[in-house]
Amino acid sequence: MAQNIKLEVVTPEKAVVDEEAKIVVAPGSLGEFGVLSGHTTFLTTLKTGIIRYTDANDQEHFVFVSGGFAEALPDKVTVLAESAERRRDIDLARAKAAIERAEKRLAAQRQKESLDFTRARAALERALQRLNLAETR
Amino acid sequence: MPSLKDVELKISAVKKTKQITKAMNMVATSRLRGAQNNMENFRPYAGKFAEVLGSLAEKAGDEASPLLIPRENARKIHIVLCTSDRGLCGGFNVNLIHKAQAFMQEKAADGVSFSFTNFGKKGRDWCRNNNQERVSEHLGIVGSKIGFNVASTEGRKLVEAFLADTYDEVYVVYAEFFGMGKQVPVLKQMLPIPPIVTEEAELDADTPYLAEHICEPSAENLLSDLLPRNVYVQLFSALLETSTSEHAARMAAMDNATKACNDMLEDLTLMYNKARQTAITAELMDIVGGAEALNG
Repeated sequence: MAQNIKLEVVTPEKAVVDEEAKIVVAPGSLGEFGVLSGHTTFLTTLKTGIIRYTDANDQEHFVFVSGGFAEALPDKVTVLAESAERRRDIDLARAKAAIERAEKRLAAQRQKESLDFTRARAALERALQRLNLAETR
Repeated sequence: MPSLKDVELKISAVKKTKQITKAMNMVATSRLRGAQNNMENFRPYAGKFAEVLGSLAEKAGDEASPLLIPRENARKIHIVLCTSDRGLCGGFNVNLIHKAQAFMQEKAADGVSFSFTNFGKKGRDWCRNNNQERVSEHLGIVGSKIGFNVASTEGRKLVEAFLADTYDEVYVVYAEFFGMGKQVPVLKQMLPIPPIVTEEAELDADTPYLAEHICEPSAENLLSDLLPRNVYVQLFSALLETSTSEHAARMAAMDNATKACNDMLEDLTLMYNKARQTAITAELMDIVGGAEALNG
């Protein structure tokens, strides 16, 4: 039985994805998980990472998410994220610049443990994930 | 009676003013459309967020996070004051500042200190002129395109400062947008987060079925992850509302100004015609007088 499940990815600025999908794979904070139609209701936070889904025409899609959480219902998956981009929308130059910036900051902060350190690490993580996704086409 | 030349100058001045107010009105109209769009785009996120938060809060209880626990004897109060950067929007900024002032007077018991985060130049200027303690300021945000990262960066600072006991309570003052003719200054408590139960009661009405979730990690952990985000969401929504209200207020103010210009032009034209007529009459009298004298 190949029933479809509705996938919605929304950020505070816009709705990024609103589509029917066959399967959705998302990076939960305790591990990656897949959702098919009929999934039990489920709520989890997400890591910075990539959501993978297959649409009704068997086309595979990738969406970058960061700072989000996901709710799975039997017929619907909702992802609320602070930022989310489809693969084709990723700004490669910006991600590369962000990596450089974050690395510089990390190097400068290495000695003293501080808030900037964790922030820079998070920024690096985001940029790397974006770059990864954009370059695997 | 002012001379013909004076009235003429005055008329051309008023006409130019009218041109400006009219143009500003049109700019505000198109900006308002954009701001409303942004609000529209935010709504699905906000709605879903409130729903999830409500169901989690119910599960985890009221004391699951330090962000929820009210503090007795709040002495250090922080106010996030959202105003516009630019004037020419009627009583918009004044109303917002009055709201903050009234609140401060109400709370001004012994030993309470206030500090400010300013979004918008007008509020910043007010704080500066009144020697209020200013923690940070953000210009060029209200009234243009607002990114969520602005709200989350500032929100994170607020949460951190609250947890570090730098503030006992955090409030936000912003203008809520009720419609073209109605923008109301609102004061809202952000931290500690007021009990979320009431929001959930509303939600129950339009979503009869609230799923019992399996939570990963536990409901408490999820909640403590979401609560700071709730602060960012509130702040973001306050900024969006203020932006939209600013444009609406400016539109109304400029509309009024254009109307006032029209009234003035009418009066001035009347005056101009009168002055012209008087001049002609006086000239005629002169000529007639001269002719009489020759004939005489």
